[in-house]
Amino acid sequence: MKREAYIVVVALLVAMAAGSVLILAFGQSPAQVYGMLMAHTWGDSYGLGQVLFKATPLVFTGLAVALAFRVGLFNIGVEGQMMVGAFATALVGASLPDGTPWVIAIVLAIGAGAVAGGALGAIPGYLRARFGAHEVINTIMLNFIAGALVLWAGRTWFFVEESTHTQTVIESARIPSLGMSGSAANLSCFLALIAAAGVWYFFERTRRGHEWRAVGESPLAAETAGIRIGRSITWAMAASGALAGAVGANFVLGYKHYFEEGIGRGMGFMGIAVALVGRNHPVGIVGAALLFGTLSQGGFAVNELVPKELVDVLQAVIILAVAATSAEVRRLATR
Amino acid sequence: MKALELRNVTKRFGAVEANKHVSLTVEAGTVHAVVGENGAGKSTLMHVAYGHARCDEGRIFLKGEEVSPARHSPAESIRRGVGMVHQHFMLIGPMTVAENVALGREPRRGLRLDLETAADELRQLAAKFGFDVDPDARIEDLSVGEQQRVEILKVLWRGVDVLILDEPTAVLTPAEVRDLFGVLRKLVADGMTVVLITHKLDEVVEIADRVTVMRRGEVVAELTGTLDVGAIATAMIGRPVLMQVDKRPASPGAAVLSLQRLRVRGRRGAAAVRDVSFEIRAGEVVAIAGVVGNGQSELVEAITGVRPIVGGTVALRGVDVSRAPVDRRHRGGLSHIPEDRQARGLVLEFSVAENLILGRAREHGTPFGLDLASVGANAETAIREFDIRPADADAPARALSGGNQQKVVVARELTRPGMTLLVCGQPTRGVDIGAIEMIHERLIAARDAGAAVLLVSAELSEIRALADRVLVMYRGKIVDQLDASQLALDSALERMGRGMLGVTA
Amino acid sequence: MIETLFSAAFFGQMLRITVPYMLAALGGTISERSGVINIALEGKLLVGAFCAALGAYYTDSVFVGAVAGVGGGLAVGALYALVVVRFRADQIVAGVAINLLALGLTRFLLKLAFDSTANSPPIESLASNVAAAPLFWVACVLAPAVHAVLMYSPFGLRLRAVGEHPEAAATAGVSVVRVRWAAVLIAGALAGLGGAWLALGSGGFVAEMSGGRGYVALTAVIMGKWRPLAATLASLSFGFAEAFQLNLQTAGVGVPSELVQMLPYVLTMVALTGFIGRSRPPGALGKPYQ
Repeated sequence: MKREAYIVVVALLVAMAAGSVLILAFGQSPAQVYGMLMAHTWGDSYGLGQVLFKATPLVFTGLAVALAFRVGLFNIGVEGQMMVGAFATALVGASLPDGTPWVIAIVLAIGAGAVAGGALGAIPGYLRARFGAHEVINTIMLNFIAGALVLWAGRTWFFVEESTHTQTVIESARIPSLGMSGSAANLSCFLALIAAAGVWYFFERTRRGHEWRAVGESPLAAETAGIRIGRSITWAMAASGALAGAVGANFVLGYKHYFEEGIGRGMGFMGIAVALVGRNHPVGIVGAALLFGTLSQGGFAVNELVPKELVDVLQAVIILAVAATSAEVRRLATR
Repeated sequence: MKALELRNVTKRFGAVEANKHVSLTVEAGTVHAVVGENGAGKSTLMHVAYGHARCDEGRIFLKGEEVSPARHSPAESIRRGVGMVHQHFMLIGPMTVAENVALGREPRRGLRLDLETAADELRQLAAKFGFDVDPDARIEDLSVGEQQRVEILKVLWRGVDVLILDEPTAVLTPAEVRDLFGVLRKLVADGMTVVLITHKLDEVVEIADRVTVMRRGEVVAELTGTLDVGAIATAMIGRPVLMQVDKRPASPGAAVLSLQRLRVRGRRGAAAVRDVSFEIRAGEVVAIAGVVGNGQSELVEAITGVRPIVGGTVALRGVDVSRAPVDRRHRGGLSHIPEDRQARGLVLEFSVAENLILGRAREHGTPFGLDLASVGANAETAIREFDIRPADADAPARALSGGNQQKVVVARELTRPGMTLLVCGQPTRGVDIGAIEMIHERLIAARDAGAAVLLVSAELSEIRALADRVLVMYRGKIVDQLDASQLALDSALERMGRGMLGVTA
Repeated sequence: MIETLFSAAFFGQMLRITVPYMLAALGGTISERSGVINIALEGKLLVGAFCAALGAYYTDSVFVGAVAGVGGGLAVGALYALVVVRFRADQIVAGVAINLLALGLTRFLLKLAFDSTANSPPIESLASNVAAAPLFWVACVLAPAVHAVLMYSPFGLRLRAVGEHPEAAATAGVSVVRVRWAAVLIAGALAGLGGAWLALGSGGFVAEMSGGRGYVALTAVIMGKWRPLAATLASLSFGFAEAFQLNLQTAGVGVPSELVQMLPYVLTMVALTGFIGRSRPPGALGKPYQ
């Protein structure tokens, strides 16, 4: 545990240093920028609400990436899975009859999102299991493909006239907001916590989780012991996609109440950072999600001083720094 | 002149002292053997001498001149005329002999790589020492013996005159060992020095002029002149060695495993198992003798379900399992101790307890939750019964010694409910003597309890001690069979060796 | 429609589109043959494009733009090598991170240099006739050059050895670290040049203009079985697909534009399943060297 914390701290320092260079290049003061970032996130109710709102999908996508990673797979397709999931959630949420009890409505809508994301995730999983095709490129390709398909389907059938969004979901499918000075934070953040606990329980306390971990750590040993590798890979990618697809709960059911082009852009890729910084552990992922949610919201806050893309750079540097530091730590430990 | 001298070398790996104040002198123009059990520290010592590893204390002298540990490296050794042939060949499969040998010291013509000159020089060198080599052959197409010769050529081509060989005969047939020794004698006659690291005592006696015996990191004896196997063995182990197991003659029952005209393809699509048919009955141990790489691994993989078959059938107690997945074969009574315990037998990152239930998780709890108490109890029992050390169910498998890791695999596989066929690949490779004895006893016990046992081993002495029947495998076919009475004859070893080389009676 | 396919204009367009794929694929082949997976090709393309636009804008010279593009690619390559060769981080994670970094950084620098979030001002660009641009011929020469270096030079032998079996190469006295650094830097330079072609050919830098080409180039590497000339052929096929799709769009064939744009990506996925033939990657690909 101490080693993991050390890795994250070093990475953050490196990122802050890199960020400072960029801030100075833009003619601003790093202290002022970072200070403003903190003040407008954890410093006020609206900011904190926005942080929670942004952290929630990151928990889902982070869990998705981490789950796949623990089975030895790289799911870079969370972005696309998230999109089709949100789209499906919006469509189902809008087409239910008006009087549907809220439990059923919400379960069906989120379920549709999970199924859609899971189906998209299963494709590269199956291709890997059956043909050995590496899922990294396939998931990236599917991001592009899914994006194109969703846009086309929306423009052709589902978007409301003259707009880029779908119809609003029915009343009973909406997840209540948390208030917090008009921020977008809603109850789905608790769903995220439940999902995190669920993933932890699955891996540590169930038979299937034990088998999947074996596949991730040592596929040869798992195969020899009788564990079905192909099946595990396909289902793991599906589960990963399903987690990403459930994100619709936050954006669609809890905030906008419809699917809009560009919704949640970037949350999928940030999920990779969250999984890495969270060291693939549910507790770490929740923490990392809060970190990146803070960065994301903070980026908007400091946009008048420095372009918000600074945050994208920070995020990428954090990933690189964590990857480098953890490898170095591992190397020094086993020398 | 002293070709190699080590004074007071100490090397630690964490808390373990692999070499303790070791002093060693190798005279030029001799064959000097360094012997000891697995884990005695002989490989480590030579790695330190060669520059692969750095010692914590001590001084190293190559051909009379001191090398400081800080500046020592394999490149430095080669520069001073000392070369090493490793146990695990440092050869690149898809590349040719010439490319492998030339790598790092490439002859050039202008900017272009000049492999033709290298090839000519190689042919001359090989002819000088009495073996032939095709510089344009690809390494992966060569036999293990031929590959070893390429390794030797690699260092000879760089002009070394002190040659260190690490366990060179581990993967050779008796005839190939004779060829190798012929080459070594020619080298020494030409003025070179040979240092041999080995644990094969009968070979040592045949070729060595001097022997240094190591045990637990220290030098315990130096012997010259007429060498006596018994004396060396006792010095190595500290007590007389028994390669005998107490066993009653077998009384086999019905057929458990039945192979009919089995055909399996190996790496890169080449035929590895050709038309193999045999049966193993309950209550007998059948061993497959063969040089590594003649199809035994693929045969085992086909039987256990890890490799698909191309033709023929595999049947377990009459049920055709030729295309059945691994877990179905386990349910049909199969247990498997894989030959590569670190890659296939264990998940090194998992704890001992988790490894003990690998593939057997369904015996502990429901799909919705593992019964942790049951898993823990299972681990406690296994640790006790199989003497797994350290006695810690939560220790990661990676932290255990080779022998104890093997005990974990053996514990898991031997306690499978309903086991009727036990397949073992090299079950005692890299395992210390105490564990070897225990594993052998357990295998015989399984046989006596009615299981059919298939044993694949490269140690002929192990085969002779355990097997009721031996099948000799060469290039994917069964070329000879010996039953219990034929095995007991003195000529059995020679007969098996000939079969392993494809020489028909 | 069919006539357009065989016209000189189509052929020229196809070549024009192929160049960045080919250069990135050549770079990827060198890198992967040394054992380093190169998911970061996308980022190298993008940064190369941006630097080229920057260079061409300030000097009105295509040549300077190209050199700047190479420089940008080298810089990204150096960062990637630092993280992956020196620190031995996981190559796939690092590659994805580099691509994210390139995306954010180029947008940030776009704002900084040109005060825009979407595109740079127009720059001196390449002649519209592909054959008239000297850069095209440079690119054409690079393909056989890379092949020659890989197969016939001592450096190439060492590079291939390091990619198959780094321990063996090390015992032979080859510096694995140095060879891999060289390979990654070369990949960066080549991909940077490809990016320069993109920017110079379009008359400016547009945010995210690499558009997934780096990943497609990686697929070309795999399809070409890690051989430079075969990878070039594979790149050509992707160039054909993209040119074809563009012409489909303008021809107004009844297929919706979004679906047509998907074509190169679908083709990539099909290629990966091995319908085009599978083969063994370099033995040590993706494994950090201890």
